[in-house]
Amino acid sequence: MDDVEERAAARDATHWAKAVSTLNVSEVPAGAVNLNVTGKRLAGPIQGFGKMWQKTYQVRLPRERVSPADLISTWKQRFPEFWPEGNMFYAPLTGIEPGEVALLNMTLPGKMKLSTGVMVLYADEESFTLMTPQGHMFAGWITFSAIERDGCTVAQAQVLMRASDPIFEAGLTMGGHKQEDRFWNHTLRAVATHFGEPEAEVDTQVVCVDKKRQWSRWRNVWHSSAIRSTLYTLGTPVRAVRRK
Amino acid sequence: MTEATATFEVRRSGAASIVDIHGDVTAASEEVLMGAYEAAGDARAIILNFSGLAYMNSGGIGLLVTLLVRANRRSQQLLAFGLSDHYRQIFELTRLDEAVGIHDSEPGALAAAGTR
Repeated sequence: MDDVEERAAARDATHWAKAVSTLNVSEVPAGAVNLNVTGKRLAGPIQGFGKMWQKTYQVRLPRERVSPADLISTWKQRFPEFWPEGNMFYAPLTGIEPGEVALLNMTLPGKMKLSTGVMVLYADEESFTLMTPQGHMFAGWITFSAIERDGCTVAQAQVLMRASDPIFEAGLTMGGHKQEDRFWNHTLRAVATHFGEPEAEVDTQVVCVDKKRQWSRWRNVWHSSAIRSTLYTLGTPVRAVRRK
Repeated sequence: MTEATATFEVRRSGAASIVDIHGDVTAASEEVLMGAYEAAGDARAIILNFSGLAYMNSGGIGLLVTLLVRANRRSQQLLAFGLSDHYRQIFELTRLDEAVGIHDSEPGALAAAGTR
């Protein structure tokens, strides 16, 4: 192996998560519900059910306000703060580092609570990627990145995903896409506001990469975090009585 | 878009097209990779040669998923060889290995494609 290859290998070892068969949450932050994560496998766009989408959300900030590396550093450190209200991202105690698992407790339309998580698949100075486990609404990953273009720092969130199962696919069709767009628009506006640009416009591009649904994957519904979170919520009184 | 830092050279071997990859594969490689795919034409199998890969980030993995969708649409097999142990692990981690046949060598990939 020559010097160049060694340097590339070292770069990789630092930036990518190590291979895992199933997810494990080492420590559950106070207030978080650890449901639908431990023991689950990761699921990419290939393992999902619905149509495959690539959604790109971008916001431009003056380069003099922030560099791409500084923007990503801040985004990693303050990731939960930029999310819309009612949605909790419990970052790993060690921060957004490759291989770390974060818990998500979200509120869906109808005030339905949903507990799931993500694993940090990849992270470097100018980007990081979160990948979903089985049962998450989406099977896929989302990459947050920043680049310099035309004197601006462009912050971007790019989702590549399929709905995990037929129920989530129906949900996406019936308003879920709009809700997701609002979610990431809010997040990018919050990032822009943090850097002193509250009026910055978020550009949204949506591409249907694959119109086919993968019907052979309908059984993913077994892992559905929506169903399992609902059952967990319904069982709360029973668990409370048992604890007494 | 940032500048592409990878090259994709296409050569034909029987009913398969082999794409020799060199450099860093990132999201910036989209145009050149898809250009190479179009140059591969109506081959029965597209075989990606990763022997010259220097580096690939998550954007590059995303491109491979898009390529896979295109190949499936044309009923083409997508195969790979020349992956280092590290990138084999990345394929496993992202579960890309469930859809892309991974082989140790070019003859192995060609044999799996049924073109030799």
